[in-house]
Amino acid sequence: MSISIHVSLGQVAASLALVALAAAISFWRQTDLERDIVVATVRSIVQLTAIGYAIKLIFEADSLLLVAVLLSAMVVFGALTARSRAKKVPGAFWPLLIALAVAGATTLGLVVALGIFEATPRYLVPVGGMVIGNAMTASAVALNRLGDEVTGSRAAIEATLALGATAREAAAPFVRRALRSGTIALVDSTKTTGLIFFPGTMVGMLLAGAEPTDAVRLQLILLYALLGSVAIATLVATGLAYRNFFTPAQQLREPGG
Amino acid sequence: MLFELRDVSLRRGERQVLDSLATQIPAGAAAIVGPSGSGKSTLLRLLNRLADPDSGAIEYRGRPLAEYDPLALRREVSLVPQLPALLDGSVGSNLRYAADLAGKELDAGRCLGLAGLDPDFAERDVSRLSVGEQQRAMLARALAQQPRVLLLDEPTAALDHAARDAIEATLVELRRELDISLVLVSHDPAQARRLASWALRLERGRVAACGTLEEALA
Repeated sequence: MSISIHVSLGQVAASLALVALAAAISFWRQTDLERDIVVATVRSIVQLTAIGYAIKLIFEADSLLLVAVLLSAMVVFGALTARSRAKKVPGAFWPLLIALAVAGATTLGLVVALGIFEATPRYLVPVGGMVIGNAMTASAVALNRLGDEVTGSRAAIEATLALGATAREAAAPFVRRALRSGTIALVDSTKTTGLIFFPGTMVGMLLAGAEPTDAVRLQLILLYALLGSVAIATLVATGLAYRNFFTPAQQLREPGG
Repeated sequence: MLFELRDVSLRRGERQVLDSLATQIPAGAAAIVGPSGSGKSTLLRLLNRLADPDSGAIEYRGRPLAEYDPLALRREVSLVPQLPALLDGSVGSNLRYAADLAGKELDAGRCLGLAGLDPDFAERDVSRLSVGEQQRAMLARALAQQPRVLLLDEPTAALDHAARDAIEATLVELRRELDISLVLVSHDPAQARRLASWALRLERGRVAACGTLEEALA
């Protein structure tokens, strides 16, 4: 799998024509997104360039410690980002942080232990980044749903608590729905992959000149790794976060209380 | 005495919901009445520890409420909320769930009968019940736990006159059949007169009157 292509800055600059097209359409149809498009483009250039150099440094240093530092930083930023989408869940940061860390560590540990990838920065950094990114999106969706479910079903939850059910038992149907909503998007996209869209890794490998069979196999490995990590992340995030809605005496906390 | 409250206060945000409440609620059939917003439902939720007061003490059968395991307490002092909230599935599965939580043998037919429902309601899906039937199913579910006290929050608020009369008749019948105490929250003093022998009248989170019906509802 030693493929390498050179992409010049001129080629990147040329692709900005399509950004200009997007901005022009926004201006023409008054969707008021021109500013956001420009911000998104500038951020993508700055962020990806920075991470590109960081990865280059890590590859050259060939240090697993640096890989751990980079992935830990991604877990923290991922948890902070996901928390902003789970505003109705009290104290969502810690469940998210633990969920992303567990999902990342377990998935990477498994793919290395099963001999799928070598424990070198060249594999751990990109796979870790994908795994943590997808785990973040899925657990943000799951906790967002959990917050909506619990705040919208207070009467039902209290009615179950009133029977002497534990918080865990009373929250179970809502945790289940949250878990499902966090995972279903990836399950659906896995079902349609190759039919309706070509996933990024495969596209990247094909562009880089890899054999289509290699591209497909690597893509399959990554899809399955993502499924596993998303399932772990949503399980851990919802399993920890629901507790924050309840007191130790198995009472549903007042909103904002 | 069933419940004894001493200096019980509770705030929610800016609102003083219960303000230095001190009273006793005897066994038998008691009613808590008062205008909406007077703290009736909040008080009921304190009695089986769905919430705790900010200050003050509550005793149940002479023992501080805080000393009871909240789960065991809620199976013994069962609250039926104002709005029906059954679990998805059949009425029978709801009864089974409640009985299993309390570790009690389930006689579904008897629970349904006591709540004024035919035995074949056990098979019915809860999504296909009228509000009145759901309210009765909630009552049957609470009875499946064989509680010693039933806390009823406006049990007929969502019902028309005919359904209200039927539920009231059921509650009278329950008292006759079972050794069970009722604490009933109602905004309607007439309902308190029909169902209870003792009443507590709340106004703005304070005790306005309590005692026999004549004393409290005069």
